[in-house]
Amino acid sequence: MCLGVPGRVLEVRGPVAIVDFWGVKRETRLDVVDEPVEAGDWILNHVGYAIRKIPASEVGETLALYEQLLQESGIDLMSADVRSELEATAPSGSGDA
Amino acid sequence: MPSPLTGVATDLKFRDPAKARELSAAVVRLCADIGRDPITLMHVCGSHEQAIAKYGLRSNFPPALDVIMGPGCPVCVTDLPEVDEAVALAEQGVRVVTYGDMLRVPGTARSLLEAQADGGAVDVIYSASQAVDLAWAHPGQEVVFFATGFETTAVATAALALRPELPPNLSILSAHKYILPAMEIVAQMPATRVEGFLAAGHAATITGWGLFEPFVERYRLPVVVAGFEPLDILAGLVKLLELVRDGRAEVANAFPRCVTREGNRNAQEQLWRVFETVGGIWRGIAHIPDGNLRLREEFAGLDARRRFTIDLAHFGTDAPAALTQQCICGTIMAGSASPFDCALFGKECLPDMPVGACMVSSEGTCRIWHTYGGRPKL
Ligand code: SF4
Repeated sequence: MCLGVPGRVLEVRGPVAIVDFWGVKRETRLDVVDEPVEAGDWILNHVGYAIRKIPASEVGETLALYEQLLQESGIDLMSADVRSELEATAPSGSGDA
Repeated sequence: MPSPLTGVATDLKFRDPAKARELSAAVVRLCADIGRDPITLMHVCGSHEQAIAKYGLRSNFPPALDVIMGPGCPVCVTDLPEVDEAVALAEQGVRVVTYGDMLRVPGTARSLLEAQADGGAVDVIYSASQAVDLAWAHPGQEVVFFATGFETTAVATAALALRPELPPNLSILSAHKYILPAMEIVAQMPATRVEGFLAAGHAATITGWGLFEPFVERYRLPVVVAGFEPLDILAGLVKLLELVRDGRAEVANAFPRCVTREGNRNAQEQLWRVFETVGGIWRGIAHIPDGNLRLREEFAGLDARRRFTIDLAHFGTDAPAALTQQCICGTIMAGSASPFDCALFGKECLPDMPVGACMVSSEGTCRIWHTYGGRPKL
């Protein structure tokens, strides 16, 4: 519940960003993040909200842990956490803007 | 002395095994320098415990080092009457939506899952936004978002409350918790003897590490903010042990790639615009002054506690079931026992049939130790 999940912003539509999470397009709310977000930026998503922008120089560090976790089964508590963070984003085009 | 990290470096896919070995050796050296036994360090985050257990970090700690999880599971500390409120609302025909871990947490008489089995409308959501969607989708029904979690998650609830347009049938039942006052209580517990705290990186992303400065000043205990990768955790522990060795009560940031001193001001502003702290019982631990987050007066219209008359009298004050009385979850979260001290752990109490909240939640120490094998015997 504390991990969040990183993704790359494809497009910003008002309070919502369309974000690419490992090839899956989802929507994340931008109400909470404290810097301007634009296409190409990386964000950390927690329960459906971007909580911070991740500087490009640090993305590699951040992604590695998640890539390893996503390869594991859903029984693993950390991978289950990452999966539920992905569930927390809205399907792209759900019109929640 | 076993060579540090042989197992971990090979099995656990550290991206930088040399760095891991170096940090692990530093942990051993620092504990020897300090020379006390035990040296007890506490973290307060389910994700930290998951990573420590999953990656077997404890197997490389020297026997004197005890890294324990404190009250870092917001679901576990949600008190019986708070669960009862949600159950009572579901019984009244209200649609209750909440994060998945809350479903099986026992209330005085029953859990939300049991209320659901008896025909109550209870939905699991992953995001605060999904509560809004569900309320729009059920215009003829009152929808209550039973909101749980520490400040990082409360920020999402706050952002929801601040949206200009919300469905009129949506309200919020806040069981949100604020971790800092609980750290203060645990720091003062004589049985715990914590010498330093490891703080959760992503919570500090929101609050900033500056939040811990008054705490450090007051309790003369060092705090180090750490990330969630095994290397981040080891680096955090090394920093914390250095501060312990040198007797320096300071805050250090071992997760600079995510955390700043100020934190996310926009998020803090929203959090404190919507919520205020209030004292409350944390299940099994103590009354924590300022430990709960409740909606401010301006958001009374959104507050389920004001919108509904919630009658808890019918749950009675019967003593809980015999097994439940043996649960020592609270003592574990206060840092003076481990799951191995509970006679029910892995026997009567299992993830499929949990007796206590610490076995229900994926952030609970018992659940995590049951999944990953817990503390290795040294
Ligand atoms: S093992 Fe179960 S009964 Fe024992 S302390 Fe943990 S949650 Fe409570």
